[in-house]
Amino acid sequence: MQLTVNGTSHSFEHSPSLAQLLETLSLTGKRVAVERNGEIVPRSRFAETLLADGDQLEIVVAVGGG
Amino acid sequence: MDNLIIAGKPYSSRLLVGTGKYKDFDETRRAVEASGAQIVTVAIRRTNIGQTAGEPSLLDALPPSQYTYLPNTAGCYSADDAIRTLRLARELLDGHDLVKLEVLGDPKTLYPNMVETLKAAEVLVKDGFKVMVYTSDDPIIAKQLEEIGCVAVMPLASLIGSGMGILNPWNLQIIIDNAKVPVIVDAGVGTASDAAIAMELGCDGVLMNTAIAGAQNPVLMASAMKKAVEAGREAFLAGRMPKKLYSASPSSPTTGMIGK
Repeated sequence: MQLTVNGTSHSFEHSPSLAQLLETLSLTGKRVAVERNGEIVPRSRFAETLLADGDQLEIVVAVGGG
Repeated sequence: MDNLIIAGKPYSSRLLVGTGKYKDFDETRRAVEASGAQIVTVAIRRTNIGQTAGEPSLLDALPPSQYTYLPNTAGCYSADDAIRTLRLARELLDGHDLVKLEVLGDPKTLYPNMVETLKAAEVLVKDGFKVMVYTSDDPIIAKQLEEIGCVAVMPLASLIGSGMGILNPWNLQIIIDNAKVPVIVDAGVGTASDAAIAMELGCDGVLMNTAIAGAQNPVLMASAMKKAVEAGREAFLAGRMPKKLYSASPSSPTTGMIGK
């Protein structure tokens, strides 16, 4: 299955949960916010959110800005 | 206590600072500390996938427990992108709802797109956000943004990152006279005197980033800006003397001169 994460395509053999995806990306425990297909996924639901083929994900952090 | 009150919350500092363009997080932290700012703007961006674990983050340098974060929508060119960005910011910052809305219209000048800004402001206010809004210095638009429910209007003094200073004090004056919410000059300040002029006009605060981060010595400039904002505020409160082309009233006594 294919996921698009921050505009880049990623392949997975099985459908991961959002929490598993974040672990794969070394983002577990980091302060991030996630939008899945245009909808915010609350942090409390990362573990139970199963990702599906073709999902578009945006994972963001706070950075310096004016 | 002469506090700046935004959405019911008092702040003793009237200087708000951005956190971009510094050479590293240590410099960011030292400059923000020297500025005395309590509200700091941050941008929301995609994570750098594959970055080394344990890499320092802005949140480590400026703990959200010590500063009021003001997530912005810098780089957004449509109402939709700005709204999505701030919803992500609210989730990222645990429900924090004080935000800076800016919708740009032109990548060359970074002039704001006020049609899209008005659209986004309507949606965000209805969605429960406390919106501090970057705006052109059009007094009518500024008033409309206030009527929509924005908690502060933030007109440009000149273009973002230009350092050109206060180019249209007359428009700022009209915006200040009409506003019932805080007016904060956002963008265009280049040096300390610009910040003082904005405050002397009666602005409630000044927001800046490049004027500090782009100085040769950002930490020293941050300290200068702190003093300029305080000095300008005190001068405004004190009420300046009227301007006259010349005065027939010298400061020293006209009587008791020797030899007369």
